[in-house]
Parts: sequence; structure tokens; C-alpha cells
Amino acid sequence: MIQPPFPVLTVLIFFPIAACFVLPFLKEEKTVRIFTLVIGIIELFLAFPLMGFDLSFGGYQFVEKTPWVSAWGLFYYLGIDGISLLMILLTLLLLPLCVLCSWTYISQRIKEFHFCLLLMTAACVGIFAALDFVLFYIFWEAMLVPMFLLIAVWGGPERKYASLKFFLYTLAGSTLLLVAIIAFYKQGGTFSIPDLAKNTYSFRFQYWTFLAMALAFAIKVPMFPFHTWLPAAHVEAPTAGSVMLASVLLKMGAYGFLRFCLPLTPLASVHFAPMMIGLSVISILYGGFVALGQKDMKKLIAYSSVAHMGFVTLGIFIFTLRGFEGALMVMLNHGITTGGLFMLVGCIYERSHSRQISENMGLGKYLPAYMFFFGLFSLSSLGFPGTNSFIGEALVLIGVFTAKPLIGALIIPGVMLGAAYMLRLTQKLAWGEPSKAQNWKDLNLREWIYFIPLAILVFYIGLSPGLTLKAIDPTLQNLLNEFSNKTSIVCQQAEKGNDSMSFANKNIGETR
Amino acid sequence: MNFKAALFLPELLQIAIVLILFIETLGNPEKTIEKITTKLNWLPMASGVGIIVAIFSLNARGSMFFDAYQIDPLSQFFKLAIAIGFFITVLNALNQPLLEAEKRFDYFLFLALSACGLMFLSSAVELITIYVALEISSYSLYALIPIRGKEGKAAEAGIKYILFGAAATAVSLYGLSYILAYQHSTYLNILATKSWVMSESALGVMGLTLFMVGFFYKLALFPFHFWCPDVYDGTSNETAAYAATLPKLGAVVILIRLTALLKPGLEITTVMAVLGALSMTFGNLAALRQKDIKRMLGYSSVAHAGYIMVGLSAVSSEGLSAAAFYSFIYVLMNLTCFWVICRLSTDGRNLLLDDLNGLSKRAPYLAFILAVSAFALVGLPPTAGFMGKLFLLTAAWNRGYNWLVIVAALNTAVSIYYYLNLVRHAYTSEIEADYELPKPESALWGGVLAAILLILGAVPGFVFQLAEAAGKFLLP
Repeated sequence: MIQPPFPVLTVLIFFPIAACFVLPFLKEEKTVRIFTLVIGIIELFLAFPLMGFDLSFGGYQFVEKTPWVSAWGLFYYLGIDGISLLMILLTLLLLPLCVLCSWTYISQRIKEFHFCLLLMTAACVGIFAALDFVLFYIFWEAMLVPMFLLIAVWGGPERKYASLKFFLYTLAGSTLLLVAIIAFYKQGGTFSIPDLAKNTYSFRFQYWTFLAMALAFAIKVPMFPFHTWLPAAHVEAPTAGSVMLASVLLKMGAYGFLRFCLPLTPLASVHFAPMMIGLSVISILYGGFVALGQKDMKKLIAYSSVAHMGFVTLGIFIFTLRGFEGALMVMLNHGITTGGLFMLVGCIYERSHSRQISENMGLGKYLPAYMFFFGLFSLSSLGFPGTNSFIGEALVLIGVFTAKPLIGALIIPGVMLGAAYMLRLTQKLAWGEPSKAQNWKDLNLREWIYFIPLAILVFYIGLSPGLTLKAIDPTLQNLLNEFSNKTSIVCQQAEKGNDSMSFANKNIGETR
Repeated sequence: MNFKAALFLPELLQIAIVLILFIETLGNPEKTIEKITTKLNWLPMASGVGIIVAIFSLNARGSMFFDAYQIDPLSQFFKLAIAIGFFITVLNALNQPLLEAEKRFDYFLFLALSACGLMFLSSAVELITIYVALEISSYSLYALIPIRGKEGKAAEAGIKYILFGAAATAVSLYGLSYILAYQHSTYLNILATKSWVMSESALGVMGLTLFMVGFFYKLALFPFHFWCPDVYDGTSNETAAYAATLPKLGAVVILIRLTALLKPGLEITTVMAVLGALSMTFGNLAALRQKDIKRMLGYSSVAHAGYIMVGLSAVSSEGLSAAAFYSFIYVLMNLTCFWVICRLSTDGRNLLLDDLNGLSKRAPYLAFILAVSAFALVGLPPTAGFMGKLFLLTAAWNRGYNWLVIVAALNTAVSIYYYLNLVRHAYTSEIEADYELPKPESALWGGVLAAILLILGAVPGFVFQLAEAAGKFLLP
């Protein structure tokens, strides 16, 4: 790792917050937009020291640690590894794109909108960089408020319902996460995540803390029975909100599983793996089937997100290196691809003022550039070879087939469903009978600007995933080693007849 | 007697304020509000000086009045909290619309007297002194509650408050007689050496539990909460802001001192834990259905009384300091919320949730302040409310009442709905009628309070140290 010239993570978190305080003093609407755009681009440049990330080192890098509330053992503790690096870069990339795609879409309360966007970015970077459990929780919850406002103030006609549902669901899920954090503190004596991960906890303790954490993360992912907030929130949110929601927020749940559930509660993870795998498979199939029947473009993409996130959780709970790699790649690629798709829906909504498929058909003739991007992102979404999502889904499938071939057979229809609903959507949009004769205008320069980076990423990761995999591999390998050490040590101890572990043994026996 | 004026400075200043106000009430009653307001200009300044004095006497230690009155970290922390609360209430109440001109001096006289009683209460370490101090603070409040123009509801609220208060005090006194009869002392430091286990001193335990009832009543803990929503509803907004905040501090400080006598897992702490769980659950559920903001805040304070019990039932220095810290934060959060309500209600009527519609367009600053206070009351980061709750829950974990911690965490999920309603009405609903716009500068002190809530959420350390010192002093 090359030492950064300044505390890069702190700067990345607090620079957007500092920029928030300038916003109220700007007069013109256009100045506000340009200002936020510039902030977003500066923020990207500020992330440049992250290029010094050591690809061969699996531990935490760019660590910053200062006491915060010493009486309570709280630390301001930041650091990133391969898992969080990509998520942070994705978040940073999206900020300027979100500003650009809201340029004409958002026409009222401009200042407040960009205020929320900046706060969101800061909180999201914070979530992925925090290594203190309480600091993590603070960012985790702090992110709710700007997202709630994004949906509630700038959303569609049902925004009140959607925003409330989003807030209630996610907050209700994370209340028990706080209890789990406190329990870990009392058990492990620290809030620091790397230190907590060094300890081994009794199975009973892991059992309950896993459930408390998994509830919070499963709602955020969202996994099958907890997914109902997602379509509502996606449909009502403004474009930038949908993009943030799909590209960053959903990843937090999966990130939580990787960062907390596997290292802290390995035994319980193994114990609950069948349940999690089952729910993931249901998510994949259910999401696919429901997406097939949608008339609203945003709803369709929302349900496709449920299916894609099913691949992520499946990859995580299969406990193989390929599975982990695949999960992380799907997280990243889903962020790029679905973000792009939501921006495309936003574009067409600005032109036709409708998100219904039936009212936006036959665009191939009038909007060729638009359909090019739409075709590209939807091919990517269904995992077409050569695009980014293929890498992720293929890795998950390899992982699943090596570990549990039967499950692999179960999700093959899910992959096919993906092709079915995305191709149906693309076909209708490109070649359907034009329902409205409108003065369609093809993409303008601003729109080109925000699609090109995403399109480049689609091809770049799709054709040469080597660098990305290199960045995540050491961390994931570490994670897997730690994980299998912890689960096997307990098994050996239990075989020797260690009484305290016999309970754990019994349960592990059931799952193996 | 060993009276030392240097230790008594915050109280002396408060007594001076009371005396000056008393002299002013004796003069010819002024008829116009303007004249009275100019005559009252010194009051915010004097109470601001009170905060400074309280800060400077934070490190005072000692005891006086035959050791019935103790100046320790706990008392000084609460005196500072009371001084801050009094300052804000005075600013808040200065221009209230429903108060007749000739009653203004009397109003502030009672207000100052009540705060004075609370200051005595935070230093009292002897049961009879505690009782007297409690009555000083309560009696002036009994007179304050019904003052609201010519409203019948206010009179009803006043009568309810007196009757419930008298009954609770009677129970308290009855408990005191048991303690005295069985443990042979009224000094807390002597009582601390006695046993409070049911099997060893049944009557003493009964007595202490009954004595606590008086303070449960002040705190509006379930099932002694019945006065709370009605009184908030009936009395004027400004008086409600006072009744909702400062008297709770007085109750918490005594409950902290009484809990310090106990050990975890005793019968009394179990009673406190159970009442806490019931209180937060009932308060939150009842608040869900309220349309009147003050009634809603009334039930919300019932719920918060329950949260404070989480810290107390831990019976550790951490738990006590967390309870002290949380009560301070609670006062700030509620005063912030009431500040917005009082500014919006320019004609002094009760506000409904619908009156907040479109607030973010009418008065963006007030809307933001309201949002901060609402999220703080939920306990959402990055506000001080979250830090307070984190400390409470952490202190109580593994102290025998883990179920209470889980109930408290789940209650957050219930409470989010009605607090979020405040924000929702302010930010997403459109304006339906014309409202009189409050002056933009009226947001100033509310903004200061909101900023304090955010700052304490980010760096709670410097205030928490004071609470920590208090907790360590009582239970080393």
C-alpha cells in the first residue's frame, strides 16, 4: 500500500458533508447543479490515493483510528479491504452521474435535493469504510433519512406510501441489529470489527446474533419475504433515488453478510445456510417470474433486482471462493447495470411522461442511440457473455455447482427467466408498435456523458475482469480461510468431547 | 448548619430571580404587554447567567444543612441541566399569546420558583428534604398549569394534575413512614448500608417502592401517567414545554439516588424494569393514534420514562450515568420540539398534525429543526438521541434484564411511525389553508438547540464525562 498524502477515507466522507453547508448560499438553480457536479468530480479525484491499494494484501488498508468516546470504548475507526474498495468506488462514481441524470428531471427544491444526494454519498462511503461497529450503525441509519426524503419529496404520486414503507421496513429491521452490536460489545469487549472477528463465540450466542443481524441485512438486500418495500420505493423514487437505491443501498445488506455474519457468527452461518440458500433460490425464481408479468418498466427492473440479489446471497452462503467472488461481482455489476437501466427509464420518462411499456414502444426507429444503451444494459442484465454480469453470474454458478449441484440445477431456470423478461422488455421497446406518435428526441450530450462511463465499465469488466478479481481475491481468500478455520476448530474440539462446545457440535452435525 | 454560600451559588441566583420577580408582582399591574415585556427583559439575561454560574460550580463538592443537602457531581450535573432548561423555557414563554398582561410577572415567578425547587431536589440526600424540595417544585407548577386565557380545558388539566399529584405524594409519604419505621433513618447514605432484599426487610422494600411512586408520577411512568397527555393538552403550549421537561429531571435525579441504594436483580429493580417495559410499550402504542401534537408528545414522554428505567434497572455506575445523560438529552430534544410548536401556534391554540402541512415551504428552518428533534426523539443517528439510547442499552445488557433491552429496541421501531409523521406532514404534504407565518428570526434558539443535538450526537464525550463522574460517584 502506498501511504496516502491525506486521510483519504475521512476526506471522502466529510468533503460532501462540508459541501452541504455551502449549498444554502447559492442562488441560481444552475449554480447549485454545477456546484454539486463539481463536488462529485472533485470527490472522484480525492479518491485517487485509493489507487495505492495493495492488491496482494487481504487485510484492512488506509486505516484511521482515533478514540471517540473513550468511556464507552468507541473509536473513529475506518479502513477498507477488497470488499469495500469496489463498493466505495461505485458510490463515488454514481454521485456525478446522479447529478447529471437529475439535471432536468428534478425541477423543484433543487438545493434540498442536492443536499440529500451529498449526504447520501457521505453516509454510503461511511458504511463501507467503517470498522467500528457503532460507527457503521450510525452511517447505516443516517443514510435512511436522506433516502426517505428523496422518495417522499421528489417521488411519484404514491410517494407517501412508498417512503413510509421503506423507512418502517428498514428501521424495524435494524433495531435488533443494535442489540446484536451491544451484545457483541459485552461479549467481546470492543466495538472494533477486526478485533471482534478474532474471537470465537459460543454457538448459542452466534445463533441469536446471527438472526438479529440477518434480519437487518435480509430486509436491506432484500431477500424474498422482505422484498415488498423495494418495488414500491423504486417505482416512486426519482431517477437519482432509484439509482442510489439499486446501486448502493441494496449492496449494504450483502456487504453486511460478508463483513459481519460470516466472520463473527461462522457457526450460525453454517447452521442457517440451508435457510438462506432456500430464500435466495426463491428470490431468484420469484423475482424472475414476477418481473415477467410487469407492465411498468421500473417495477420490472425492481423485481429483476430481487432476482439478482438472490444470486448474491446464494453466492455468499455457498461458502466457496468462487461463490464469494461471484457474489461480490454480481453486487458490483448489478450496481453498474441496474443503475444504467434506471437512468434509461428516467430518460424515457422525461420524454413520454410514462413508465408503462405499452406507451414507450417502437423506439428503435426514433431513438437509436437510446436503444443502443438500452440493449447493452439489458443484455448485461441478463448476463450475456462479454458483458459484466456474465462474470458474476458464471462465478456464482460455478461455486454452486461445485458445492451443491442440485441447487445449481434449481437456479438455471432463474437465469433463463432473466433472459426472458429482459429480452421481452427490450424487444417491445425497440420494435413494438409505436403507441404514440411523438416528437421523440434522441439522447443529448448530457445524457451521452452519463451513459458512457457505465457502458465502458460494462465492457471493461465483461472482457477483462482480471484486475477487479485481483482486488477482491486476497480479501475473500482470507475471509474463507478464517471462516473454515473457525468452523473446523470447533468441530475438532467437539470431537474431543469438549462439553462447552457439544451444543455447537450437535447443530453442526445436523447441517453437514 | 455549616452553610457555605460558595457551594450554593446556582441556587442563590435562582432565589434572587424569584425574589426580584416577587417584588415586581407587588407593583401596580401594567396593562399593556409591551411595557411588561420591557420590564421582563432582564429575565433571559439572568437565567443565561444562571447557566454560566452552574458551569462554574460544576466542580463544587461538599455538604450542608446537617448533611441533608449534598453538592456532588450528580447534583451539579442536574443543576446545569435545569439551568439550561430554565433559560430555554423562559425564552420560549416570554411572548406567549394566551397570557394576560397582568399575570405575566406571576407566571414567571412560579416558573422560577419551580425550577428553584428542582435545584434543591437535585442536591437533597435526605428523604424529608427530598419531600420538601419536591413540593416546592410541584406547588408552583400546580398554579402554572391552569393559566391559559379563559380555557376550561386548562382548569381541568390543573385539577387533574393537583389530584393525581396529591394522591401520589400521599403514597410517597406513606412509603417514607415505612422506611423510617423499618430502617430507622431518612439519610440516604445510612440507608445505603441497609438491606433492600424482600426476604430480609419486607417493609423497607415496600416503603421504598411506595416512596418511588411519587417520582414515577412526576416522570409519568406507566401506570402513573394518566395526567400526562391531558395536562399537556389542556395547558398552554409554553407551560407544557416546561411541564414536559424540567420536572422530569427532578424525578430522574432522585430515582438515580434511590437506585444507588440497590443492587441488580432485587425485587425493586425488577419492578422498575417491568414498569419501564410497560411504559415504553404503552406510551408508544398510544401515541400512534394521536392527532394532537401535544397529546402525542405526552404519550411519547411516557415512553421515554420507560427508556430511562432501562438505565436505572441496570444499577451500575454506567447505567446511572446513562440515565442521567439520557434525561439531559431528553430535555433538549423535547424543548426543541416544543420550540417549533410554540412558534407555529401564533394564536396559542393546540396544533394538530395537519397544521404542520407544508411547513417546509412556509418556514423551512422551523421544519428542519422539527425534523432534527423528531429524529432525535426516535433515537436515530447522528443525533444525540441515538447516543443516549446507545449508552442506555449498552449499560443494561448483561445486567439481568436483557429482555428489557430487546423490548426497548423493538419499541424504537414502533415509535418511528408517529415521530416520522411530524416530518412527513412538514415535508410531503401540501399547504391547504393560509397560515400566519412565524417570523424567520424566531427559529434562532430552536436552531441552536437543534445544532446542540447534532453536535452531541457526533461528539457526546464532553457532556457524557459529567454524567459519568456522577455515576461513578454514586456507585464506584
